[in-house]
Order: sequence, then C-alpha cells, then structure tokens
Amino acid sequence: MRTNDVMLQTATKVVTFIILMFAVHIFFAGHYTPGGGFVGGLLTASAIVLLMLAFDLPTVKKIVPINYVVLTAVGLLIAIATASASIVFDVPFFTHAYDYFDLPLFGKTSLHSAMLFDLGVYLVVVGVTMTIIQTIGEDE
Amino acid sequence: MSLVFLIFIPILAALFIPLLFKRLGQIHTGWFVLMVPAALFSYYATRLPSVMEGGTYVSEFSWIPSLDIAFVAYLDGLSLLFTLLITGIGALVVLYSIFYLDKHREQLHNFYVYLLIFMSAMLGVVQSDHLITLYLFWELTSISSFLLIAYWYTRDRSRFGALKSMMITVFGGLMMLGGFVLLSVMGGTYSIRELIAQAPELAQHDFFIWALVLVLLGAFTKSAQFPFYIWLPDAMEAPTPVSAYLHSATMVKAGIYLVARLTPIFALSEIWMWLVAGVGLFTMLWASFFALKQKDLKGILAFSTVSQLGLIMSLLGVAAAAYHVEDAAETYLKYAAFAAIFHLINHATFKGSLFMIAGIVDHETGTRDIRKLGGLMSLMPVSFTVALIGSLSMAGLPPFNGFLSKEMFLTAMLSLQEFEMFSMDVWWVLFPIIAWIGSVFTFIYSLYFVFHTFAGKHQPEELPKQAHEAPIGMLISPVFLAALVVLIFFIPNLIGDWLVKPAVAAIQPFLYDSPQNVDIHVAAWHGFNTELFMALGIFSIGGLMFWTLRKWQHLYDLYPDAVSLNRLYDEMMLLSGGGANRFSRIYMTGFIRSYLVYMFSFMTFIVLLTLFLTEAFQVDFSNLAPIGVYEIVILLAMVGATLTILGAKSRLTAIIALGAVGYSVALLFVIFRAPDLALTQLVIETISVALFLLAFYHLPQISRKEERMKFRFGNALVALGVGVTMTLVALSAHSQKALPSISEFYKETVYKEAGGGNIVNVILVDYRGFDTLFEIAVLGIAGIGIITMIRLRLTKKEGQHENK
Repeated sequence: MRTNDVMLQTATKVVTFIILMFAVHIFFAGHYTPGGGFVGGLLTASAIVLLMLAFDLPTVKKIVPINYVVLTAVGLLIAIATASASIVFDVPFFTHAYDYFDLPLFGKTSLHSAMLFDLGVYLVVVGVTMTIIQTIGEDE
Repeated sequence: MSLVFLIFIPILAALFIPLLFKRLGQIHTGWFVLMVPAALFSYYATRLPSVMEGGTYVSEFSWIPSLDIAFVAYLDGLSLLFTLLITGIGALVVLYSIFYLDKHREQLHNFYVYLLIFMSAMLGVVQSDHLITLYLFWELTSISSFLLIAYWYTRDRSRFGALKSMMITVFGGLMMLGGFVLLSVMGGTYSIRELIAQAPELAQHDFFIWALVLVLLGAFTKSAQFPFYIWLPDAMEAPTPVSAYLHSATMVKAGIYLVARLTPIFALSEIWMWLVAGVGLFTMLWASFFALKQKDLKGILAFSTVSQLGLIMSLLGVAAAAYHVEDAAETYLKYAAFAAIFHLINHATFKGSLFMIAGIVDHETGTRDIRKLGGLMSLMPVSFTVALIGSLSMAGLPPFNGFLSKEMFLTAMLSLQEFEMFSMDVWWVLFPIIAWIGSVFTFIYSLYFVFHTFAGKHQPEELPKQAHEAPIGMLISPVFLAALVVLIFFIPNLIGDWLVKPAVAAIQPFLYDSPQNVDIHVAAWHGFNTELFMALGIFSIGGLMFWTLRKWQHLYDLYPDAVSLNRLYDEMMLLSGGGANRFSRIYMTGFIRSYLVYMFSFMTFIVLLTLFLTEAFQVDFSNLAPIGVYEIVILLAMVGATLTILGAKSRLTAIIALGAVGYSVALLFVIFRAPDLALTQLVIETISVALFLLAFYHLPQISRKEERMKFRFGNALVALGVGVTMTLVALSAHSQKALPSISEFYKETVYKEAGGGNIVNVILVDYRGFDTLFEIAVLGIAGIGIITMIRLRLTKKEGQHENK
C-alpha cells in the first residue's frame, strides 16, 4: 500500500533532527520563554510520528528501540519523586526549590527542581502519545 | 526512632520483596520477611516495662496540616498489647508460611507484599490517635485482606470470598467514617485522647447516638459479629497462614480494639452497653451452635472464631457497666474488662495454633473435610498434641489458659446481678444463661474438631495424599503457641501484670490511675462457687452431648439454606448488580453520538440555568480591540473549513479540513500574543491529524451511493444550544469582572517566588503542580487503557479463564 516516497524520506532524515533539537531547546527554555515539558514532549513525539509516516512502524521501532510504556512509568516516577523529595527537607509536599549557579561554559545559570518535574511531564507525554499511536498503528 | 515511622517499616520493606523474589528466588522470600516482624517485636517489647508502669508514648507526624490531619502514634497499654500481638503472631505466621507455601509454585512476592501492607495497616489501626488516619489504616486492612483472600485468584470461591469480605467490611468502614466525622463535629477534634477528655459533654449531644451506632457498625462488621459474620467463613479460602493471622489473631480483633478504645467515650450510654454486650453474647451463642454444622476444618474454626469474638465483645459491653457504679473497682464488675483482654490474648495463642494445625492437616492429607479425616493420632503425633492442647483450652479445661479466662468470663456475666440500671435488674439473668449455653456448644465443637480429625478410624482411601507428620519447620510455630497455652495457665498473673492490666487501665481510665491499681488476681481455684458449678455443668453436659453427637448432628441438615444470611447477601448482590446493569443499559446505547448528545445537552442546560439564575448575562462592547484584516481572514477560513467538514464526501477531506480549523485557531493565538498556546495547539493539531489518519484505516467505508443524511431536529437543537451557550458565556465573561483577575498575582510572584519567567509553564509545574501531576497520571492511565483495549482484544481467544 505504501509507495516509496523518496522526497518525503530524504526530507524527514534532516527535518527530524531539527525538530528534535528544537524540542530539547523548548523543553529547557520553558521556564523563561515559551515552551516547557508538555510542548517539548509533543514536539518530540511529532518528530517520531514524522519518521513513522515517512518510513514504516518496524523501521522506526528499529531506529528508536524504546518501550514507551516503560518511558511513561519512568516519567511518572520522576514526577512523583520530585514532588515528594520536599518531604525529606521537611517542607510541604510539592515545594519547589531553585538557585543560581555559576557553571563552566554556561555562566550564571538557574537550576530548578521544577525542571526535574517537567522532565517527568516530558517523558510521560512522549511515552503516552507514542504508546497510543504505536498501538493503534500496529492494530490490524 | 520516631514511633510513627515504625508503623511504615513493613510497607517500606514490601518495596524490596519483588526484587528479592526475582533475584534470590532460591532462598524462600519468607526468610527475609521474617526479619521485619521479629525486629519490630523485639523493639516494641523494650517499651513494655515503662508502659507497665502506666507510661505512654506519643509521636506525631503532620500530614495535611491545613485539614488538621496527622499521623499520631500513641502507645499505651492497649495499643502496645495489640502491637505485640500483631508483630509476635506475625513473626510466627511468616515462619509457618515459609514451609506452607512452596517457593517454586507459589507467587511469593504477591503474598508477602500483601502481608506486609497488612502489617503496616494493622499497626496503624491500633496506634493511631487520629480518627481519620485510623480510618485510612482500617480500610487498608480491608483491602489487604481482600488481596490475601483472593491470593489464589484463579479459584472462583477465593474471589467470591474476597469480594464478600470486602463488601461487608468496607460498608462497615464507611459507616464508621460517618461516626468519626460526627464525633469530630461534636468534640471539635479528631484526637481520641481529647475526645475521651470531654466524654461527659459528648454524651449530651444530639449526634451522640448516631455516632455510637455508626462506629459500632464498623466494629461489628470488622469483628464478624451477628449478622455481619457471614464474610468470615468465606474468607477461609485464603491460604491458612492468612487465616491464622488476619482472620483469627489480628484483623478481626480490630473491631474489638475499636470498641475497647472508644469505651471511655461511649460507655455512658445505655444503648452502647446493651448493643455491645447483647450482640456479642448472641453472636457467641449463634456461632458456637452453627460451628457443629460445619464439615470443613477451617469452617469449624471460622465459626469458633466468630463465637469467641462475640464472647470478648460481650465482656467489653459488660465492662461499660463499671462506668455507672460508684466504686466499681470494689465490685465484681471490674472483672469484665480484665477478662476481655485476658481472653483476647489466650484466644490468639490457642486459635493461632489450631489454625496452623488445620493447615498442616490440609497440607499433609490433601483434604480439610472432617468426614474423610480420622485416626491421624498415630500418624501425626505432634500435630495431635498441639491440636489437643488448643482445643481443650478453647473448651475451657484446666490446665490451659482458656480455663482461666472462661472462668472469669462467667464471673463477669454473673457480676451483672450487682448492676441495677438500664433494666438490668430484670434481664441480667439472661446473660449468664446464654453464656452457659454458648459455652456448652463451644465445648462440644472443640472436642468435635480434635477428635473427629485425630481419633476414630483412619480412612486412607478417602485421602488424596498419604498422611504423614509435617516437616519440623512447619511445627515450630504451633508448638510454640501450644507451649504458651500451657505456660500462661501457670503464670497468669505475670501476663496480667505485663499485658492485661495496662490495657485495662486504658479501657477504664476513670477507674484506675495506673495499671498497678488494677486489683485483680487470677487464680485457678476459687473454692466452690457458682462459676465452678457452671463450668462442671459445661463439662458434663457438653461431654454427654459430644458422646451422642453422631445421633443428633444430622438435625442441622433440617435447617433450610433458603433463609440463611448468606442467601440474603447473595440475593442483595444479585439484585444490586443486576439492577444497576439494567439501569445502565437504558441509556448506554454503545453509540458515541448518544453520549455526545447527553453530555452537550446537560452542559448547555446547566450553564444556561446558572447564567439565568445568577443573572450573570451581560454584554458590554465598550472595551474592545479593533478587528483587523487578519482576524477576518482567519475567521472566514475557519468557517469555510467547518462547512467543508459537513459537506465532505470522503473522510480524508473531512480530516484535513478539521486540521485546517485547528491550525487557524493556532494562528489566532499567535495574533493575540499567546505563543505557548499557539505552539501547543500547532503540535497537538499535527499529531491528532496523524492519529486520525491511523484510526481512519479502521473505520468502515462510507458507501459510494451515499444516502442523504436525515435531518435530526433534536441534534440540531443541541448543536444550536451549545453554540449559543458558548457565545453567551464568552460575551458575559468579557463584559464583567466579578472577581479580580489572578494574572496580576502571577505577574508579581512569578520571578520573585517561583524564579521563572514564563507564567504559563510556571503555572504548569509549580503553582498548580498538583493538577499537572494528576493530569500526567490520567494520561498514563489512558495509555494503558488503549493498550488493554487494543492488545487484549487481539489475544482474547487464547487466554481463557481456567475456572470459567
């Protein structure tokens, strides 16, 4: 059924990486400029979906050998662990902390515990979106 | 270490069990689990000396401060006694289970995880001073009990028993929660200690009776009192270690604990005394009578447990009488509370050993049917000895601990003649009489249990397995318990001073300042008094009736099953399940279009009603931005795309047009300077179009010769209604500001307090992190749901249920 679409496939090979880079950028920039874990996750998923459209499911599974259900679980665990970590410091559940650090190469950088939570969101969004699409796509 | 954290140690240990089972499967997982209760037992035992002196420990961990909910571990005589029972019997049961459950065939990781969860929950129940956390732990015991009963979940009977126990105990738990809430409304606190301090005022309150009845419903369902006891015999489908632990020694005693703990609050009420004593005593008689009808070893023990729990319950009811008498410590009424706690300890020892023996018999012969058993005495001498000790103690014979507490039980029942309130002066005589009849039947079923299993003729052809003695490891725990049964008979006052008196002082705090003031001395010989003659009567009449048991036991078969409580439960389940099913089927058509109609019409109705009732509809065009060319163009594109969807001949066109609408919305977001929304909308739109294309493959073809779709007036009305409603809401929302906008707050705090610049994202991860956490959890559940719907549908043909 699928025709061999050279143009789409060639473009995809380049574009996928651009989208992925952009997704990572948007994920990290989220706290100050538009973006965040949710959009970042969706963008990543869309990059993989593009791969799936251009090639086919088995090929993409070989390229990205990730079990998305596990990915979702890991994301949820990270989110919950970040939220409950505050208990150890004797502050209410879900209290975030941040501070500014001088890192080599980056200069003055702010690091947030909220970012870890966002990482959880990111992983869950990628995991669930891909789980849904893959499951429906594989169903014959 | 802080006491409150100790409660959670078993549940934390449970986290490692699956790992240990997987990695170190050649070592029985039980050995690791054994360390938990053993260590906790030795730790709690060190608290015994100071609690004996009347000392108490409190440790608090604030959980939800805004709602005043906290974990409070409160250790006094009563809770320490239960704690020691939970950890002590727990250790013995785990040891027993190591030999009972095969490490190769059984799913040990499940079993021990459930068991450890239960242990934490039970510790929480008996140590919590806070009513809400007590309730949470209480329900957790119900849930872990459910999981343990259904441990062999492929058996129909296991699942049935698990569901039944859950239905009944959770019903009671919910009632109890209502009682707790009423208590807190009356007393203004959730702390049991603070409530006890204001007990006299509480008794005057209008809600008092309601709280009392509701709390008792919780206690009676959990402790299997009449008429709720029916779940306990069915719970015997659980593996025997579970029956010995949960359904005889600990969980079923949670109701007893609750009654004992709340006695200082409720004892002033006449209803309390009549209900607790009356229901308890009736349960004792009823269950001991029907224990003889049972053919299953564990069934006999289940009914006997119900009966013994009734006995303890009735003693607690009588103990309430001490609150109404001047100088109760000088009268015989003081014995009731002591007898209750003393018998509770004794019951844990002899019933624990009996359950383990029943498990051994089942394990080594392959059956628990008492009609097939017999003559095992010479084949299983150790088991027989243990069973004999346990049964005779249960029957109330010397020299076993059951004799002492049974005597005291009779003393307490006779002591009611000194009590003249609440029409007791007329009715008191019923109590010793019922207690006596119940004891006669207890005597008979105790002998029935031991002699019909171990004496008589051996029938090897009836047994699935060649009977032989159990391995030594399996015998350690029951032998240990049986040794305690004998030992306690000889050192009752040591047990009294260490364990019973501190608990009694906790039940009757107004009576005694400290445990030492409890002036009760246990002795086997009191001279020739009424109790002794009653006991002799029990032994002789009981012995005579047991002798002729085979002649009259078939009379039980005359009792019709159709009028039993079990039948009532089954009918209720059928009725509620079937009724709910029929009701749902009226409106659950299976067509998504019907559901959309329900949802949209209800939403329209409710929003319009609110707009109308609160007179919120306003239109104010004064503060509007000018409409530019871009907006008009995009709007036209959206309308055009929507019309295309409606008129599209092929699905592909419709999907692409739908995508066009979505992208146009994203463009609108760009124009109105909401980059975050625009970005999200764009990506979502892209992915959902891809998803649509995937799902598209599964949809049925639209037929070529397309019929004109019928115009449905109802649907048109709903569609129009939704459109009008949304327009009205949008206009009203724009035209008035009833509340100041929250965006100012965000603008001020986003950098100072959250250290971020992008309000949208900081809302997601920080301000409203809880929402996001739950949303991603829901997302995860949705993903799992889709997998189960699609993947499991494909593999349906292979995995048929083995029991269906």
